[in-house]
Amino acid sequence: MKKEQLLDLYHQMVLIRRVEERGAELYQAGKIGGFMHLYIGQEAVSTGLIAAREPRDRVITAYRDHGVALNCGLSADSVMAELLGKATGTSKGKGGSMHMADTEKNMWGGHAIVGGHLPIAAGFAVGDQYAKNDNVTICMFGDGATNIGYFHEALNLAKTWGLRVLWVCENNQYGMGTAVKRASAVDEIRQKAEGYGMKNAEVDGMDVMKVYEASKAAIDYVRREGQPYLLEINTYRFRGHSMGDPERYRKSEEVKKWQESDPIGIFNKYLLEKKIATRKALDEIEARVEEEVAKAVEFAETSPEPALSELFADIYADN
Amino acid sequence: MTKITMREAISQALMEEMDRDPAVFIMGEEVGVWGGTYAVTKGFFDKYGADRVKDTPIAENAIIGGAIGAAMVGQRPIAELMTINFAFSAMDYIVNQAAKLRYMFGGQFMLPLVIRAVGGGGRQLGATHSQTPDAIFAHFPGLKVVSPGTPEDAKGLLKSAIRSNDPILFIEHATMYQVRGEVPDGEYLIPIGKSKVQRPGKDLTIVTYCKGLELSMKAADELAKEGIEAEIVDLRTLRPLDMEPVLESFKKTNRAIVVEEGWKSYGVGSEIVSRIYEEAFDYVDAPIIRVAQKEVPLPYNRTLEQAALPQVHDIVAAAKEVLK
Ligand SMILES: Cc1ncc(C[n+]2csc(CCOP(=O)(O)OP(=O)(O)O)c2C)c(N)n1
Ligand SMILES: [Mg+2]
Repeated sequence: MKKEQLLDLYHQMVLIRRVEERGAELYQAGKIGGFMHLYIGQEAVSTGLIAAREPRDRVITAYRDHGVALNCGLSADSVMAELLGKATGTSKGKGGSMHMADTEKNMWGGHAIVGGHLPIAAGFAVGDQYAKNDNVTICMFGDGATNIGYFHEALNLAKTWGLRVLWVCENNQYGMGTAVKRASAVDEIRQKAEGYGMKNAEVDGMDVMKVYEASKAAIDYVRREGQPYLLEINTYRFRGHSMGDPERYRKSEEVKKWQESDPIGIFNKYLLEKKIATRKALDEIEARVEEEVAKAVEFAETSPEPALSELFADIYADN
Repeated sequence: MTKITMREAISQALMEEMDRDPAVFIMGEEVGVWGGTYAVTKGFFDKYGADRVKDTPIAENAIIGGAIGAAMVGQRPIAELMTINFAFSAMDYIVNQAAKLRYMFGGQFMLPLVIRAVGGGGRQLGATHSQTPDAIFAHFPGLKVVSPGTPEDAKGLLKSAIRSNDPILFIEHATMYQVRGEVPDGEYLIPIGKSKVQRPGKDLTIVTYCKGLELSMKAADELAKEGIEAEIVDLRTLRPLDMEPVLESFKKTNRAIVVEEGWKSYGVGSEIVSRIYEEAFDYVDAPIIRVAQKEVPLPYNRTLEQAALPQVHDIVAAAKEVLK
């Protein structure tokens, strides 16, 4: 990757972190409602992964979607506005935190039914196969989602029909309060792909460069071979499952230990050690993010509420 | 009598029945170590252990299907769906298996299963997480559907549900866990399939249940200020439906509205209104009005969501309309 691209990745990761830190404050202040799941700690996963896609490749994910949205090029303004339920949000204020999407940027949404979007991802690939193109669908989901039937039906279909889907399991070690070992027959999620004769790999999700390399190889394989692939990315969420999680299921020492491998810290060090960027250049990026986030909050707060007539809009295409 | 919250009432019912009968156990997502997503089973894991408070994988079919199987062979599982919205992920097990197996095999076994599920809107959770789909479950013979509106009823009905030998869907409301109410001291049961007059009145009948009861009670207070006395009949159980108190009240007031949180079309209100027309047509003095949710998937935005949900002022307006 070129220097500019690498710095752009750094920018994206810091942007996700700051958008969410501000989001958490706004949630505490009562300006954001509903469920909000933070991506803090997992930034390297979607940043490295989405950097490896071509713009024509489709992305679909679960409700922990702010990072993915920003990586796909949705503006911090529109993400923040959606969090605040404004008309200028990614989904006109009707979706909220869990439902960010911009199909023009091939970001097909955050989805709130665990595993529910996996067969839909297979369906994107069915559509693309039918259209005879070689677009790749990148479908992200949590470790917990691999225990529901949807996952198994989707993987089986993908392999049987030769669908171009890259299945990406973000293994952050827990599904809500349930550790992987307590809910899954195998604790290496990638093994589940074996049962479907599907190629698979595992990668350290705290290192954005490793995620990028592994994703690039996987996407190339899927496109070239016309076959699905499962990539397990090991990571950790530094915050609770969603806002207001009492976190009785894990020890703070465990969280602290993982925080030592903060993906932003690791990448910062990498950029400095490889002399790709100076400390000053990285500080400048951080300062720029600060401005962008302040502007996004301002934009969201001053944006209009959706009109009452919006309540009945978009229920059907034919009104 | 003691004043407790809905959460405490449900929690007490579960504990009392678990203490009483070793065949009773709980299975569901985050019911154990987490203590229940809505803190209803807080402390249960430490008290009863992993054997009786089973944290399951995220696998709704395995939760409901598994509980059905355990019930068929003689245990008394309480399966918890984190929210009723995830019942759709287990729809086949609820409506095609639980509701039919006993009948289809000529009554060879019993199915003492309780499915606890929390539903309802008003928390800005978006379209897939805010539903009140009670009516569709009540559509299926073979299933019983209970949905209480007070702590007293919640406790007594849940205890009866756990002792019942049939599959029962027990629906709670996400915004009502802090609702407080008097419950009798000591052990008591409330029979399933009995509606109840929660507030006497003579001018009109409000038929409702669950969240609708809370809203209707407030509306009745408003109406009382204007000298209108509404009688509130709480269905408490949607199937089997007990129309007796409804008809008795209606024959006295001759005017009614039905209040529910779910969508109006094909809803609980539709059923109640047709029953009244079928069974008490001669007593009808005014068209019966249904107050329900606007026919839209619920949006995240708070103002829009509230505009879609039935409100106290909608009930007051409907009451005045039938009294015109
Ligand atoms: C079908 C269904 N069941 C349960 C839930 C409630 N729920 C939301 S997130 C979640 C945990 C998911 O864990 P995982 O897949 O590991 O993703 P993570 O939150 O760790 O990113 C659960 C149980 C749901 N949304 N959908
Ligand atoms: Mg997880």
